[in-house]
Amino acid sequence: MPQTATARPTVSRRKSYFRKHTILYAMLLPPILFAFIFSYLPMAGLVMAFQDYQPWTGFTRSEWVGLEHFKLIFTLPDTIQVTFNTLVIAVGKIAANMVVPFIFALLLNEVRHVGYKRTVQTLVYLPHFMNWVIIGGILMDVLSPSGGLINRGMSMLGVEPVFFLGEGGWFRFTMIASDVWKEFGFSTIVYLAALAGINPSLYEAAEADGANRWKQTVYITIPMLMPIMIVLGTLSLGNVLNAGFEQILTLYSPLVYEKGDIIDTYVYRMGLVSGQYSFGTAFGLLKSIVSCLFIIAAYRLAYRYANYRVF
Amino acid sequence: MYYKTSGYKWFSVGNHILLGIISLMCILPLFHILAVSLSDKAAVSANLVNFWPVDFTMDAYHKVISNRDFSSSLWNSVMRVVLGTAVSMLLVILAAYPLSKDSGVLKGRNAIAWYFVFTMLFSGGMIPSYILMSKLHLINHMGALILPGAVNVWNMILLMNFFRNVPKELEEAALMDGANHMVTLFRIFLPISLPALVTLSLFTLVGHWNSWFDGLIYMRQDNYPLATYLQTIIVETNLVNLINSASDMDKITQRSFKAAQIFIAALPVIVLYPFLQRFFVKGMVLGAVKE
Repeated sequence: MPQTATARPTVSRRKSYFRKHTILYAMLLPPILFAFIFSYLPMAGLVMAFQDYQPWTGFTRSEWVGLEHFKLIFTLPDTIQVTFNTLVIAVGKIAANMVVPFIFALLLNEVRHVGYKRTVQTLVYLPHFMNWVIIGGILMDVLSPSGGLINRGMSMLGVEPVFFLGEGGWFRFTMIASDVWKEFGFSTIVYLAALAGINPSLYEAAEADGANRWKQTVYITIPMLMPIMIVLGTLSLGNVLNAGFEQILTLYSPLVYEKGDIIDTYVYRMGLVSGQYSFGTAFGLLKSIVSCLFIIAAYRLAYRYANYRVF
Repeated sequence: MYYKTSGYKWFSVGNHILLGIISLMCILPLFHILAVSLSDKAAVSANLVNFWPVDFTMDAYHKVISNRDFSSSLWNSVMRVVLGTAVSMLLVILAAYPLSKDSGVLKGRNAIAWYFVFTMLFSGGMIPSYILMSKLHLINHMGALILPGAVNVWNMILLMNFFRNVPKELEEAALMDGANHMVTLFRIFLPISLPALVTLSLFTLVGHWNSWFDGLIYMRQDNYPLATYLQTIIVETNLVNLINSASDMDKITQRSFKAAQIFIAALPVIVLYPFLQRFFVKGMVLGAVKE
């Protein structure tokens, strides 16, 4: 009943107002607790990067070694190779994942038949929703040098069979190409949304001035899409050290470790598989710090030049 | 009009064909796997299968379904998806609602928001997380797959933005009528944001169905979820493939067997996909393009 609320004295009304808002903090409690346990506690575990951590002695009694592991990282030849591999694959993916969806969105925008457009969109989004195990399984079958679909097609054209997943140079190419194949459709969504937002009167005016579709694209569409492309490109800067852990872990093999091993897979193999916990953690920590700096820089740039904010 | 010129007409024809080819390229590999899984092993070993089953047989599927490892990992995945989505959505809602308020109502709002966002930027990494899990006795426990990623900060931001667009007047009216925040959340915000909730639930669900790496490190072999189980099969046979050429008969049946498992693992996503698609474009754009 609303009457009782207005009849109450001011003090208790303020009290009830306060009580209403404490519920908000009570709601936040479980998520804060979860984030603390599962995200912040592991950060405390990073001290092991400065220890010679042994599982049976634990954090409290393991020997402190200072920056020993970091010194080792900087002297190991593996480090240079692995970092180089990471950068090559990641930069390749970033570049291709910027250009391909952009062009694809422009082409798709020219389709006037709604049904055809929607069908194309439905089909190209699909690979995004399958994980790298499924895609990896498909790729291994399709790319197999003996009787895989692609190599069979290539031999019909008279091309020698290629061992896409077993030869270092091809392996990198395959990683980039398959990542683009999986994601380009989905990345297109943002550009399509931006295209839909362009004011049609701009095109009408250009039309009246005698501009053909090519001119309209060059002088209206592309400039209008530039800001969003710059934002996406800037934000992907935060990913230069992430070359795709799950993809590479699924698809690589000892044959291509030299050219296919990236920082994340190297940390996994050294740290968890070979049990060099402290070394793996130190390498991971180094990567996390650099990545974090890149992400912060990327968001700052995106905010300053394109006014982009997360919240 | 530009689209009446003959140059543009030619472009348009070529464009339609090109886009058709590109979209076929996205699904033909899946058709090939389906065809391999439904073909007789003689045809598979002779590399005769393209996009249509040769000598149709369900043998591979019978073999997969009668495989106990497969059915138990399928069960693990189903459990994981159901429990994981429920827990995650609950936590995301509980975080997003208070954070959608102004800092005048929720004092310290920005600090709390950064507390969550920081977990996206920086993490303890694989090894400290693994040690934490073993200290919590969560190794080989469903909790290890569900709990660590439960507070999905990205979903939280999307939902927070969605809640902010709920008209202020509705909320004020409810508070005036004596509703507290719990009631407002459940009676007003959640029903209004149903499309957003469905989108995020579907994303969470697909995420749980698809993830395999946590299963690989936190679970023991007999308790793997489907995606992890599949990964071990694919990687193992991959190593075999690298050493021998694909000629002996037993491995060829493995190829159909593997194809059948891949297809079954992809099936829920393919079936869910039409429902998913109705919602996700909105959700994606909501997160990516603002103002």
